[in-house]
Amino acid sequence: MGSRASTLLREEEIEEIKKETGFSHSQITRLYSRFTSLDKGENGTLSREDFQRIPELAINPLGDRIINAFFPEGEDQVNFRGFMRTLAHFRPIEDNEKNKNAAPAEPLNSRTNKLLFAFRLYDLDRDDKISRDELLQVLRMMVGVNISDEQLGSIADRTIQEADTNGDAAISFNEFMKVLEKVDVEQKMSIRFLH
Amino acid sequence: MSENQEEMEDVWAAVLWGLRIWLFLIMSLIMAPAMFGFSLGISETYMTILVKVLEWATLKIQKEKSDEQSLKTSASYGLIQREAGSMEKELEELRRSRPKPPVGGDFTLSDCLYFYRKGIESIVEDEVTQRFSSEELVSWNLLTRTNDFQYISLKLTLVYGLGIFVRYCILAPLRIALACIGLTWLVIGTSAVGFLPNSSIKSWLSEWVHVMCYRICARGLSATIRYHNRENKPKKGGICVANHTTPIDIVMLCNDGCYAMVGQIHGGLMGVVQRAMVRSCPHVWFERAEMKDRHLVTKRLKDHVSDKTKLPILIFPEGTCVNNTSVMMFKKGSFEIGTTIYPVAIKYDPKFGDAFWNSSKYSMVSYLLRMMTSWALVCDVWYLPAMHQQEGEDAVQFANRVKSAIAHQGGLVDLQWDGGLKRARVKETFREQQQKKYSNMVVGDESSNSD
Repeated sequence: MGSRASTLLREEEIEEIKKETGFSHSQITRLYSRFTSLDKGENGTLSREDFQRIPELAINPLGDRIINAFFPEGEDQVNFRGFMRTLAHFRPIEDNEKNKNAAPAEPLNSRTNKLLFAFRLYDLDRDDKISRDELLQVLRMMVGVNISDEQLGSIADRTIQEADTNGDAAISFNEFMKVLEKVDVEQKMSIRFLH
Repeated sequence: MSENQEEMEDVWAAVLWGLRIWLFLIMSLIMAPAMFGFSLGISETYMTILVKVLEWATLKIQKEKSDEQSLKTSASYGLIQREAGSMEKELEELRRSRPKPPVGGDFTLSDCLYFYRKGIESIVEDEVTQRFSSEELVSWNLLTRTNDFQYISLKLTLVYGLGIFVRYCILAPLRIALACIGLTWLVIGTSAVGFLPNSSIKSWLSEWVHVMCYRICARGLSATIRYHNRENKPKKGGICVANHTTPIDIVMLCNDGCYAMVGQIHGGLMGVVQRAMVRSCPHVWFERAEMKDRHLVTKRLKDHVSDKTKLPILIFPEGTCVNNTSVMMFKKGSFEIGTTIYPVAIKYDPKFGDAFWNSSKYSMVSYLLRMMTSWALVCDVWYLPAMHQQEGEDAVQFANRVKSAIAHQGGLVDLQWDGGLKRARVKETFREQQQKKYSNMVVGDESSNSD
């Protein structure tokens, strides 16, 4: 099955994806195989239903947000390039030394870009601020019905209070980075590929 | 004009003679041994040749593509290394950077990173969806369906071409003929036996007819079956459970013994076969409406096993076909009957042909044709020691225990996921479980809360 799928992906495309994302040739062909196996409609793109068919993702409390991250603004289908671009955020940072074709501009899997990806999963309306409502939404997704509104509200308030340094009652990207500065983002937001 | 007609008649006569000889050869070389249970060694010779050819092909492919091939061999066993830590462990690590856990709710912005990574990991590779499509082979076995043809060397191409000719023009017609003969004989034989009055002779004859037909069908698929631990063979009054890969599992098991089948009565050809079979010995067939009534199903199964003269029931608790790399959740129905369970593990060797029936991709007929144009069907059947439900163990735990034993013996992955996920969506309750688990980490266990 692996080789069958890769014949539909041209060498030039593989090279372009390699430059843009930093994945190796074999990783790209394997991920293309995965992409086609998820693509039940066989039209070269994935829809939200295709992702939701993965049981482990369907039971993930933040599954819908993660699926959303693959789809560009207002679109319902994602092609292989978009798929790879989103996955590239989770490439380990130490892989960059191995890949000599790394783009001179900041690679997709730099610490800052990883944090930006996480930030955007909170910040739905893309106004570069995590408001109290946006934080509450994510909290509600994670805890389900098990925590009351008041308690959740006070947790949100406290979190914003601790992070907010410029007093606008919202968390900007810089404030977000400051909160997470001691977290080993490189390890926690990376997937270890076996080769 | 008349010369042409004479020639035509000659041609027809020759063809008819050829057919007669061919049929005679089949009867004597294949059917007679099948009927009486001995072997002339033809299949064994074919298999030895086949194994040698495939080994040679593998070596040739590896030599030609030495570096790329070594990547592929390791690639078949997983793309990523998943984090094995539990939710508690991972979240503790993420929170370690915080000064102290505050009162009223232990949450931090980095908690979500755990869910993001798990989500992305499952998008790249998950344990479930890969079980519903055919297993990837380590190296090509010269079938187009496994891998598109790549030109590697002239000799390999010749063998590949010869393989196509042999499989489609020689083996396939032979196998189709055998399958038809086997099925016809099953219907006729069991109906004939059905006329006899109930007696030990009838049971003996019925078993003989059944086994003979299944042997013919097995020859019709060039099946090589190795049975292990035959001292643990299922006995009357028990239930035999096995992992399910294909309807052909039944042929594999029934070559070595007689079982009572359970299932829904179909219309058409299958219905004819089912009705004939039940005339000679009791099987448990249900109407479609009856299958939904769990109490009725349980009662009929209980009645069958309590009658010690009836054959052991054969059940596939997964409820659906999976691709023989794992065993999925066993439905607890058969484990509530309260009788002895005889577990059986079946493992097919994918080198010789892919046995998995992907029912969403292939209909039954096209699946059988694919089976008949594969090289062969090789499988191992292990009979495991009988198991009983223990004190204080409920049906689900018992089912899981049996499932683990089967998975361990067959070298398969033991999964908790339901095979029904092939078609259905996962239940909301599982997501709610994850949410509850996380809530416990935020506010602590409910039992320790004062309000």
